[in-house]
Amino acid sequence: MSFMLGITPWPVASALLWIVLIIAALYLIRSTAHKTIQAAAQGLHRSFRMASKAVSRSETNLAARNRHVLLAAGREAKERIIEREFDRINETVRKDLANYSALHRSLSESIVRIEKDHQEAVDVPPDPPGWVKAVKAVADMDARDGRAHIGSILSDIHKSLIKAHKEAMASYHEASAKRHKLLRHMRPDWRKIQQTLGAVGKNVDSLLSRSVTIDRHMQEYEDIVHGQDRAMSVLSSSSLVNFFVSAFVLCIAIGGATINFSLIARPMAEMVGGTNLIGDFRTADIAALVIILVEISMGLFLMESLRITRLFPVIGALPDKTRVRMVYITFTILFLLASVEAGLAYMREVLLQDELATSALLRGEAAAALTATGEFMWITTAAQMGMGFILPFALVFVAIPLETFVHSLRTVLGLIGISFLRVVALALRVLANVFLYLGVLLKQVYDLPLFVPLWIEERMSRAEDGPARDQGLKGARL
Amino acid sequence: MKRLIVLALAALLASCSSDTVPRNTGVYMLIDTSGTYNEELIKAEQIIRFTLSRLDASDSFAVARIDTGSFSERDIIAKASFDDRPSAVNRQKRLFAEQVSNFVETAEPAPYTDITGGLLQAVEFLNEKGTGKKTILIFSDLKEDLEQGYIRDIDVPLEGFEVIALNVTKLRSDNIDPREYLGRLEEWQGRVEKTGGSWRVINDLDGLEGLL
Repeated sequence: MSFMLGITPWPVASALLWIVLIIAALYLIRSTAHKTIQAAAQGLHRSFRMASKAVSRSETNLAARNRHVLLAAGREAKERIIEREFDRINETVRKDLANYSALHRSLSESIVRIEKDHQEAVDVPPDPPGWVKAVKAVADMDARDGRAHIGSILSDIHKSLIKAHKEAMASYHEASAKRHKLLRHMRPDWRKIQQTLGAVGKNVDSLLSRSVTIDRHMQEYEDIVHGQDRAMSVLSSSSLVNFFVSAFVLCIAIGGATINFSLIARPMAEMVGGTNLIGDFRTADIAALVIILVEISMGLFLMESLRITRLFPVIGALPDKTRVRMVYITFTILFLLASVEAGLAYMREVLLQDELATSALLRGEAAAALTATGEFMWITTAAQMGMGFILPFALVFVAIPLETFVHSLRTVLGLIGISFLRVVALALRVLANVFLYLGVLLKQVYDLPLFVPLWIEERMSRAEDGPARDQGLKGARL
Repeated sequence: MKRLIVLALAALLASCSSDTVPRNTGVYMLIDTSGTYNEELIKAEQIIRFTLSRLDASDSFAVARIDTGSFSERDIIAKASFDDRPSAVNRQKRLFAEQVSNFVETAEPAPYTDITGGLLQAVEFLNEKGTGKKTILIFSDLKEDLEQGYIRDIDVPLEGFEVIALNVTKLRSDNIDPREYLGRLEEWQGRVEKTGGSWRVINDLDGLEGLL
């Protein structure tokens, strides 16, 4: 600094001289400096624009992939739902309508019986009375033989008529009773037909409602297959809901697994030792954890074998016979592990009591040591054993939320990735523009200390332009 | 891939190897039985029970008396290296407490006090056990009184050991001249720290929480 201010005997003069020299130098290289700034700013602008476009392309690709994954997952889920609906219809048809031929025969028989009974129950008109012919014969006799015998004949006819009337009434009553009996026999047949038809109607109604449901699912399936935006938004929102719900259930399952762990970790020390370490962890803790993880794995395999979940396509594709065998094997292993856990839970309680008794003895509380194993301790022991046995089976159901979580996680990660890439692309675009305008700004800043030479330059150029302009004007006038 | 598996297995085996630093605790307690200090044995028993409650599987514990010549295994009243199964540990603790209880009931006062010999025995025992943490508890008034002919002006190698003096009672002469008591504490602290050990004094037996 002292060197710079010492080029003349007066420091102020030196400083001024330096300023003039620097301004002169800056003025001389102004054009080059402007070009350099422009080039640098343009270069950075283009680089960031290019990076932004690349990130946007990645975002588009990811969005397309996410859309594809979402649609594929939705399609698969919808296929499963439709498949189950058809299974249910199949079951209904098999169970309720399989005996349709027997039903038809039964109905036909009932109808034939009713027709027969009905025909037999038709009201038969009574025979025309026989006394009409008798009166006619008497009338004919009156004309031929005179009227001497008519009184006795009419008396006989009267008797005969009364007798015939009685017989006809008896016969009519008998026929009516028979008809009523037949009609009474028809009543259960009618009821049976009514019930049968009611059941058939209910089944048909059920099938119709199922067919409506299937129609709705099929419509949604078609929307998914055609990749419609509405289907996409429905799938996306349901995927997010599934993600949070399954995460919540998994957290509960982790709580259950932790309780399970604490039940068996202490007695495990009795089996594998309490001080052995693998790395920084106690072997007993690792053994307990392994048991729980094996139980969860068995639960997963069991659920896969039952075709409730579809995490492992290999298991789902196994022949039915092998799959059923696998169900039995995994269930047996699970049952054995649950029994082991119940035993360990019992052992834990025994150890705890032993430890309490020893602690009481060491504290000098002999009475407490003796009563440490109270008469109600069996309740906690039974509760722990029960929990030890039940929790492994409860953990089996972790497979369902786990499957949902895994499937929805892909979509959620995709959505997060898309959002992240979008933000990065935006930031890069903003940066590109920032560099572009920064170049302009830098050029202006560069010119700021050069205002004197620039002003002189402007004056000079005006002075040069003045005569030329005057000449031009004169030429125009001429 | 194969290399990766081999490396992973090697790492797992290395973590399981026995070269790891032991994390167990070894405690050796010296009980002064000389003269009137013999009456303090009930307190010693309480400390032993407390120590037992704090020790865990794989730890080692020994209780020895300080008498005329304490550099001897015969002075060990009870010792145990705890099993790594919790149920066995509980059994061992109960047996240990019973042995100490029997000793307290039948202990006779010793004519001399050989603290240095007891320390040497403690160091030997704990080094042999190879525990990660080594603690020597001295339940004494720290007044060494050797029989003629016993040579104890030797440095006890106490590097890595923590020596805790418990219930260091004041003698009648200490009451007359407290410098004697303070000098005794200072002398023992100097002897322990000179050979690399750490020194602590706990006189309030109600505050044993920080003992181990």
